[in-house]
Amino acid sequence: MSIQELYTEAQALSSSKLRDDIVEHLYDRSHTLCREGISYTKSNRDTRTEKLDAIFTSPIFGFPIMIVMLGVLFYITIAGANIPSSMLAELFGVIEGYITSFFTFLHAPDWLHGVLVLGLYRGTSWVISVMLPPMAIFFPTFALLENYGYLPRVAFNMDRLFKRVGAHGKQSLTMAMGFGCNAAAVISTRIIESPRERMLAILTNNFVPCNGRWGTLILLASLFMAANFSGGIKSLVTTGVIVGIVLFGIIVTFFVSWALSKTALKGVPTHYTLELPPYRKPKIFDTVIRSSLTKSWSVLVRAVKVAAPAAILTWVCANIYIGDTSILMYAVEFLDPFGKLLGLDGYIMMAFILGLPANEIVLPILLMGYLSTGSLTEVDSLVDLKQIFLDHGWTWLTALNMMLFSLLHYPCGTTLLNIYKETKSKKWTFLAFLIPTIIAIIVPLIITQTVRMFGLI
Amino acid sequence: MGNEYRIALAGNPNTGKSTLFNALTGLRQHTGNWAGKTVSLAKGSLSFKDKTFHLIDLPGTYSLFSNSTDEEVARNYIVFEKPDVTLVVLDATSLERNFNLALQVLEMTKNVVICINLIDVAEQQGIHINERLLTNRLGVPVIKISARNKKGFPMLLDTIDRIVSGAIECQPARLTYPEEIEEKINKIEPKVRELVGNQISSRWVSLRLLDGDESLLNEISKRLIPEGVC
Repeated sequence: MSIQELYTEAQALSSSKLRDDIVEHLYDRSHTLCREGISYTKSNRDTRTEKLDAIFTSPIFGFPIMIVMLGVLFYITIAGANIPSSMLAELFGVIEGYITSFFTFLHAPDWLHGVLVLGLYRGTSWVISVMLPPMAIFFPTFALLENYGYLPRVAFNMDRLFKRVGAHGKQSLTMAMGFGCNAAAVISTRIIESPRERMLAILTNNFVPCNGRWGTLILLASLFMAANFSGGIKSLVTTGVIVGIVLFGIIVTFFVSWALSKTALKGVPTHYTLELPPYRKPKIFDTVIRSSLTKSWSVLVRAVKVAAPAAILTWVCANIYIGDTSILMYAVEFLDPFGKLLGLDGYIMMAFILGLPANEIVLPILLMGYLSTGSLTEVDSLVDLKQIFLDHGWTWLTALNMMLFSLLHYPCGTTLLNIYKETKSKKWTFLAFLIPTIIAIIVPLIITQTVRMFGLI
Repeated sequence: MGNEYRIALAGNPNTGKSTLFNALTGLRQHTGNWAGKTVSLAKGSLSFKDKTFHLIDLPGTYSLFSNSTDEEVARNYIVFEKPDVTLVVLDATSLERNFNLALQVLEMTKNVVICINLIDVAEQQGIHINERLLTNRLGVPVIKISARNKKGFPMLLDTIDRIVSGAIECQPARLTYPEEIEEKINKIEPKVRELVGNQISSRWVSLRLLDGDESLLNEISKRLIPEGVC
């Protein structure tokens, strides 16, 4: 007898209430076990959790508290990262001096110095000095909120909105994971049972910025968005911009989920129960060490690993000439008109294209592209970093557009690969690439054209 | 390599499964306390006496009825990968709900240890658990621990050690269903046994077939039945 026949036979025997009977029986048994095996000496229920939940998940205060928490998180990150960032930049600058003397001592050819020091070393060391301090602050703080038990409350609050756009409440959990890494978050959508809702979560996860993009967002915001302010106000304005960008990403998530659930992924949202765990005092030391060391470190390693080959490629392309133009410049000039239309430029477009393997390397590649064509002044502080951008015609509009493009553009290679593995569908993987790309083109296009029309720049 | 064993960790979300996993293996896996945080299998090892235990952290689930991918991942691991011991982690403060999963695991496999975690929190709330009585009722060891404070670990590891070395024999108490269901099981079970032999519990497979679990069926024909038979 084949197993299929057996199944048919079993189905003939079965009745529709059989599952209910089984489950009911399991519950009965659990109940009996508990009645016999457990005794209670006091009856103090956990009222603290209830009181806190009344505030954190309140329909009135829930959302403002969430936004304030997010703001505080970014403020601490941005304000706290400035000083260690410049210290690191200075340190790397000093080391670069030594390396250069060493190359001179060896009589190394200029091109080797160019590739390794001016290209690879300078680009990556800047990115490290800019990215490491914010990550070392952001991850532990975020992890503490998570440990404390606040994040499931965020999911609870967001649930209402997700229902309204036809998606599943658990999507907010997978989104929260996306803040760490979109590739991991795509796998985490397995917690959503319905294939339709799971697809929505997969297709929109990209709209929350991951580790690889935080660096870009924070750097550009702090260099360009609050230029006319100083001190505490400066960090506050930068924070506001980043909160705005994140909220915009969430709005896009809602919009895309809504549009898809009305068209390609039609259906009614399914119900589920979200268990809110009790608030637990976080193990502060463990959490801080764990998340700052392992997470920041792994992000950096990935950035450097992927950046190194890309850096060498960029530098080589910039120094091989066909006629009197380098290969890099051919590519840049080809992409430039399109980039300009979006308020960006050819270098930025190229950086995003080469950045497909990992978002972490977009900024290093961009810098290397600029450096290889720009004037090579001695640079050892973040102010000089801004100067390089300004030399290439950047304004606040360029920075804003690049931030938006970074937020909205196609997912990184790893994420796409995971999407393919999870959906087993070329069509959906392609859509996961296409939808964000289209949005990432449209939004900056509209902004740039509007700003130019009103002559704001 | 006769002294390497695979230990699977199962449990509801928020029972401190991943905390236990980290505490035992010394791994620094980031854990978060919400439903379904562990989505793929995390693996880590620890040495105890002369043995090596490979721990596998299964996704946290409320049941193993293959309602979602993570329930299937957890169930398939226990049934088809056959870990040497399955640890079911329960939250001492909400045992009644947690026992469900433990009972389901006991239907699927034999070598099970029930770990009652967060015992310190439970005692603060005046919840007293008679683990000896539960051990008797369930037929498998029941151990109270606190993963956060690493309490009860020696006892836990020693029990696992004694199970894999054969010093303790687990005899999970069989859950008897209402007569109507039992009759149906009896009709189906012999035929199931012909197909799957002793590889997995034929009683449990019968129950799942009656329940209409098609995904399990596909899994069985994929993994257990040689080609050509079906």
